[in-house]
Amino acid sequence: MTSNTPAAPPGGERRRRDSRVGDKIFMNLSRGSGILLLVVMAAIAGFLTWRSGIALSKNEGNFFTTFEWTPDAPKPVFGIAVLVFGTIVSATIAMVIAVPVAIGIALFISHYAPRRIAQPFAYLVDLLAAVPSIIYGLWGALFLVPHLEGLTSWMDDYLGWTYIFDQSRATTPRNLFTVGILLAIMVLPIITAVSREIFRQVPRMHEEAALALGATRWEMIRTAVLPFGRPGIISASMLGLGRALGETIAVAIVLSSSSVLSLHVLDPGGGTFAQNIALKFSEAQPFGRDALMASGLVLFVITLLVNGAARLIVARRKEYSGANA
Amino acid sequence: MSAATTSVPADARPLGRPLTANRLPKWAPAAVAAGSIALGCGIGAVGGLESKLQWGLISAILFVVISYVLSAQVEGRRQAKDRLATSVVWVAFILAVIPLLALTFYTVQQGAKVVDGNFLSHSMRGVRASGPGGGIYHALIGTLQQVLLASLMAAPIGLLTAVYLVEYGRGKLAKAVTFFVDVMTGVPSIVAGLFILSVWNLALGFNYSGFSGSLALAILMLPVVVRSTEEMLKLVPNELREASYALGVPKWKTILRIVIPTAIGGITTGVMLAVARITGETAPVMLLVFGADYINNNPFDGPQQSLPMYIWMQYSQVNNQYGYARAWGAALVLIAFVMGLNLIARGIARWRSPKAGH
Repeated sequence: MTSNTPAAPPGGERRRRDSRVGDKIFMNLSRGSGILLLVVMAAIAGFLTWRSGIALSKNEGNFFTTFEWTPDAPKPVFGIAVLVFGTIVSATIAMVIAVPVAIGIALFISHYAPRRIAQPFAYLVDLLAAVPSIIYGLWGALFLVPHLEGLTSWMDDYLGWTYIFDQSRATTPRNLFTVGILLAIMVLPIITAVSREIFRQVPRMHEEAALALGATRWEMIRTAVLPFGRPGIISASMLGLGRALGETIAVAIVLSSSSVLSLHVLDPGGGTFAQNIALKFSEAQPFGRDALMASGLVLFVITLLVNGAARLIVARRKEYSGANA
Repeated sequence: MSAATTSVPADARPLGRPLTANRLPKWAPAAVAAGSIALGCGIGAVGGLESKLQWGLISAILFVVISYVLSAQVEGRRQAKDRLATSVVWVAFILAVIPLLALTFYTVQQGAKVVDGNFLSHSMRGVRASGPGGGIYHALIGTLQQVLLASLMAAPIGLLTAVYLVEYGRGKLAKAVTFFVDVMTGVPSIVAGLFILSVWNLALGFNYSGFSGSLALAILMLPVVVRSTEEMLKLVPNELREASYALGVPKWKTILRIVIPTAIGGITTGVMLAVARITGETAPVMLLVFGADYINNNPFDGPQQSLPMYIWMQYSQVNNQYGYARAWGAALVLIAFVMGLNLIARGIARWRSPKAGH
């Protein structure tokens, strides 16, 4: 390098060597951080597997089909059947409610609302995404649960024939259905925020072309906005689903749990992975903690699959960016 | 424009028809809304439905149905569908905003009764938990220290990772890091807590402390910082980098002096939003910090308290009106803190947004 520039002053040469050293240090630092992140992910899987192995080797029941969770009993028996069921049911209810509503709000903010109020509302939704889950839980238990009592008994009366909405006895609705509603409210702002950004990026030309061809506003949205935004909607929903699956404290506060697996979503009982860990942790013996880690590992794998799938399904558009323009 | 009485069939082809024909008047949606709310309340009152939620739901359904039918009669099917979509979007918006606003107002209303100077400056030491009194000072101290420690760990590592991805990252390693940053965003907070528990407390034998909580919080914060910083660094126009290289500035200095300062507003915003997110995390803190009811100023030794965990303990362990009251008080302080951080962060974002190159 120096041979090509013989006229360079000696100071310049030193500076160039310094810069090369600096470059090397800085690049290795930043690459090291990236590697550290991978190491942490691997370590999460590794350590949880290690502790789970200890727990599973002493489990007297079948880990996947057992209902009870009594790892600290003289004959340790624990299984995740109830937790898998409860997690899937509550997350499904949440997604069924949240995704259409979130798309509606996102469309409202990006295409329907008068511009003057769209911006403040977008702001408001963003702020609500930041409300901590413990506050959703507290509100759910002390406000939402009493207010849903009428709705659940009404659903029992008129929709009881579906079996799912049959209530075996009238109680306060600390059930999977309420949890689903609460989770829907919690993931709503996240799904909205992400899809709104996608809807905003729809090329203006596509929209105007649709309108110019005589499409109504809805037809324009159906033909130009939604197809463009589909990958974004999927990834936003997956993001919300990940949140709903892993939500701990709000579920722990609202649900009155039990080791019962029942399709009656309006009856109290059931449980979710994260809620089970939070509730059982404080009274768990060392072995019980290992058992909880085994369920944590399953939760980790599930969320990993959901998030990984979201990334793989969504062929990410090469976004415009200054760095690779 | 009251064209309801025109003789042209509603679905006739629009050729030769004035564009403005067969439209519902502008005040129609408002009138339908008012009518369906009145009707919904009427049905609710007559039917003896207790829950106000049902009144709202019935009104919403009525609104959607009535405006569809009306519009189909007057304007034709395509327009009716358009109106249907519009009203569904509006209803979705209103239905969603109501619980979200109710939550905020309820928290403020309940919390404001409790929060005062005494509440903010006292711990729960020596306070009978089932009775009134006590405060959140110890929880405030704990939360601030844990979040600060977590940010000190996560922010630099996250920043450097983002720099790697944007400025150096090519090939398999960068792809893997990008993928796992995305996946890491979805790691449930309780899993992060379990992980630190198994490493820090079980494998390495440390005890409960604020620091082990902040380790878990750092794991949750890291991917958020990487993502937002990455987006911001990508917004820095390449011309700036090239100009710097052309002047003979080495790459690392270009990054430190040109790229990062240009994007610093957005980076700060991202970090603050990440801080706001971890401030409200309960689950990892619950597993690792243990929840003391006294003031512990040392995050490296012994149990501490934090605001979210304080709320959880007041709700689940005290579980009476005094516990609820203190929980709402702490909730108000927590929500104010988080929202404050958010507002400041967005203010910074607006103030120093990177100017995209043209």
